[in-house]
Amino acid sequence: MSSSTSAGAPAATRGPDGPPAVELAGITKRFPGVVANSDVHLSVRTGEVHALCGENGAGKSTLMKILYGMQQPDEGTISVAGEQHRFRTPADAIRAGIGMVHQHFMLADNLTVQENVVLGAESLHGIGGRARRRIQELAEATGLAVDPSVLVERLGVADRQRVEILKVLYRGARVIILDEPTAVLVPQEVEELFTTLRGMQERGFTFLFISHKLDEVRAIADSVTIIRRGTTVGTADPKTVSSRQLAEMMVGSELPSPETRESTVTDRTVLRLDDVALYAEAGDRPVLDRIDLVVRAGEVVGIAGVEGNGQTELVETIMGMRRAGRGRVLLSGADGTERDVTKLGTLARREAGIGYVPEDRHRHGLLLSQPLWFNRILGHQTRRPASKGAWLDLDGAKADTARIVEEFDVRTPGIDVPAAALSGGNQQKLVVGRELSGKPVLLIASHPTRGVDVGAQALIWDEIKRARARGLAVLLISADLDELIGLSDNIRVMFRGRLVADADPSTVTPEDLGSAMTGAGAAGATAEGRTTPADDEVAAGEEDEH
Amino acid sequence: MGTLRGKLLPPALAIVFSALLCGIALVISGANPLTAFGAMLTQVGEGTTLVDVVNSTGIYYIAALAVAIGFQMNLFNIGVEGQYRVAAVTAAVFGGSVTLPPGLHALAILVVAAVAGALWAAVPAILKVTRGVNEVISTIMMNGIALGLAAYLIRADVFGELRGNNIRTPEIPSTGWVPGISFGSSGTVFGLVLLAALLGVGYWIMMNRTRFGFELRASGESSTAAAAGGISAKKMVLIAMLLSGAIAGLVAMPEILGRDHTYNLNFPGGIGFSGIAIALLGRNHPGGIALGALLWAFLDKSGLALDNVGVPREIVTIMQGAIVLSVVVAYEVVRRVELAAEQRRVGRQTGTAEPVGGAA
Repeated sequence: MSSSTSAGAPAATRGPDGPPAVELAGITKRFPGVVANSDVHLSVRTGEVHALCGENGAGKSTLMKILYGMQQPDEGTISVAGEQHRFRTPADAIRAGIGMVHQHFMLADNLTVQENVVLGAESLHGIGGRARRRIQELAEATGLAVDPSVLVERLGVADRQRVEILKVLYRGARVIILDEPTAVLVPQEVEELFTTLRGMQERGFTFLFISHKLDEVRAIADSVTIIRRGTTVGTADPKTVSSRQLAEMMVGSELPSPETRESTVTDRTVLRLDDVALYAEAGDRPVLDRIDLVVRAGEVVGIAGVEGNGQTELVETIMGMRRAGRGRVLLSGADGTERDVTKLGTLARREAGIGYVPEDRHRHGLLLSQPLWFNRILGHQTRRPASKGAWLDLDGAKADTARIVEEFDVRTPGIDVPAAALSGGNQQKLVVGRELSGKPVLLIASHPTRGVDVGAQALIWDEIKRARARGLAVLLISADLDELIGLSDNIRVMFRGRLVADADPSTVTPEDLGSAMTGAGAAGATAEGRTTPADDEVAAGEEDEH
Repeated sequence: MGTLRGKLLPPALAIVFSALLCGIALVISGANPLTAFGAMLTQVGEGTTLVDVVNSTGIYYIAALAVAIGFQMNLFNIGVEGQYRVAAVTAAVFGGSVTLPPGLHALAILVVAAVAGALWAAVPAILKVTRGVNEVISTIMMNGIALGLAAYLIRADVFGELRGNNIRTPEIPSTGWVPGISFGSSGTVFGLVLLAALLGVGYWIMMNRTRFGFELRASGESSTAAAAGGISAKKMVLIAMLLSGAIAGLVAMPEILGRDHTYNLNFPGGIGFSGIAIALLGRNHPGGIALGALLWAFLDKSGLALDNVGVPREIVTIMQGAIVLSVVVAYEVVRRVELAAEQRRVGRQTGTAEPVGGAA
């Protein structure tokens, strides 16, 4: 490892032998009723990439928020370069040389790169030429090759991430927290990011790399600390331990696997999309184009794609929340007769047997301040047991909510608590349970295990598998390639509003899928897919002319 | 169970707080607050005050229900004020110009009033659904138009007639009257106060027991989640607004059919705005609204006694304003405390080590 003092290396850098760049000792953080972190110890050497690994909900984010001053620990100490600090706000952390790159970018699309970087830090180098020169100096370190006066909306996701890194460097960070930096990237972009990180490491920067993707951790980290159930269970050298060992440290037991065993695919078509197109509200450029898709009973069809390539629109078109501009959506009920549902509204489609696990359960899945049984009625308000004609059947709804709580292991003291009081995993179990109620013929599962703990994830996978074995047709949209490959019988790749490639989950690797997701296989395009189809008008236009 | 406490505590706190505030205001202005509040309480037993309070409660109740229906759908129907005025003048003109058998006549007037109120509310509703116009702005403007329209309609050369120095619509024949319950010298309770009670029961049943009420509440809480559940937000906006307007149309009916039998220049204004305050105070709950309406009516009517003890009657307005402000604050405080308590409870009972609320 290098401790070279290239331009801008901090005085505090004393190489690997000096005091740790960051040391957390005995950190405990309690939220009302729960302990998010208990007695956490973490020591990061200067100039290393230190990975913090743990399942969703293990307490990684809380710990990083504490280090970044967004939350105060109830107990424990934070030391930076040997000096003890108390961070009350992120500004304190920044002053101590700690920067954070959030998983969800905090950039203003309508401002330039320079404006985004300078925003809020105007006092450092002004807003003019001096700031620009400083940005150009630092941009080289991050591998950002664009002019600072370019609008951020023109940048792809990888460059946006570099702008985020640039922001924290500009503010003088020497220790950079990267919160799930690869979640939004395709495998090729991940490689580029890692190259950048190694280059910056050479220059003496220290990284705290939060992830639950073990392969990446093994590829980039110099050491890895595992966090489980809110506490650190140990630090390991990723070069010497196996992914399996790491995973078992994270989960603490036998690993769940999304893999389905034997195929239950039948030849009975349940959902058929016939040349479906969807047009953006402004203009007639399609957001979805030439979509032909078949999902059969007992089959899980996975849709792979970088987010923002039309998956959300596809789901909402099938659900009737958006109206297809062209083509037909056909649904076959349990009796096998095919109905054209293109003109039907969401409610009628639900009544025809579509269950829907939305990608954002807070916005689309739940009424947070309402009790669980009230949420059970949503989407089922015209059907038994939730209602009888124009009247609600409260007893029926409550009894069925109790059934879901029981069968889907929703951890709750009762069905009268508001949905907001449950943890993310338990909320999701309730949603999945509701959507599998009432004998659906088709389940649309959009990121069904996003942001849930590992226990809930295993349960949801099991339930999807079980429903599939009963003959349910499932359309699965996921950003988790392992989940897609493990659960799907067939994978379709979506890019810029089209289904551009097929993949066989029994043979495809995440890397192959990643290439296809950037359009490399189909159109030779670069990794710009993240910008929403409505945004990359120019790029799409060029594409069509080839 | 904490929820009952959560419902009753905030308004109680708010009322105590605003009484204190008014007491301080009274002390500063040199009056004795105890004398003032005492005069207000004893006033209830005087003359027709009690009956007036009951009548006024009924009227406020209808107005607040109209507002509350909008609130359930996240609609701020400020236009109740204009809706009940337009409905009143339309119904009075209609009632005074047709001949129908007793009972049926009154019923027809009520229907006309409700329809007129709904139609007046339909304009902002359609604007919102088709063009996204904020209903707050459009209903305020409709209030202004309603004032002008009513003044025009009762002109002697349109539908009105001149009586002394008052202009009014032709008197509704007695077949269209709704008899009250007389208490002799203590006054007469309007028959249509019972209508207010019926509306309250109907409102509760609709909100809590019917599919429509569910759809309205769901859509009001989260239009995105409701849409994913197959509930069209636009349809709900339209229906809620029309329903709110229809009920608003009935606001003036107890007085017109029970006492005035005509729409004239002395028509009471401002009830729609009081309805907003009362709906807030009652938290859109029919029981809460009833208590709020009663409180409002009591303050209004017994405030008249303040002049007798040399205290400006306007202190009542201060008190009403203070109640609304503090009740809004108090509800929010109690809501947050309750949610935190609930999460603690869930966390304790399920023994989960992950942060609740998905904020991992």
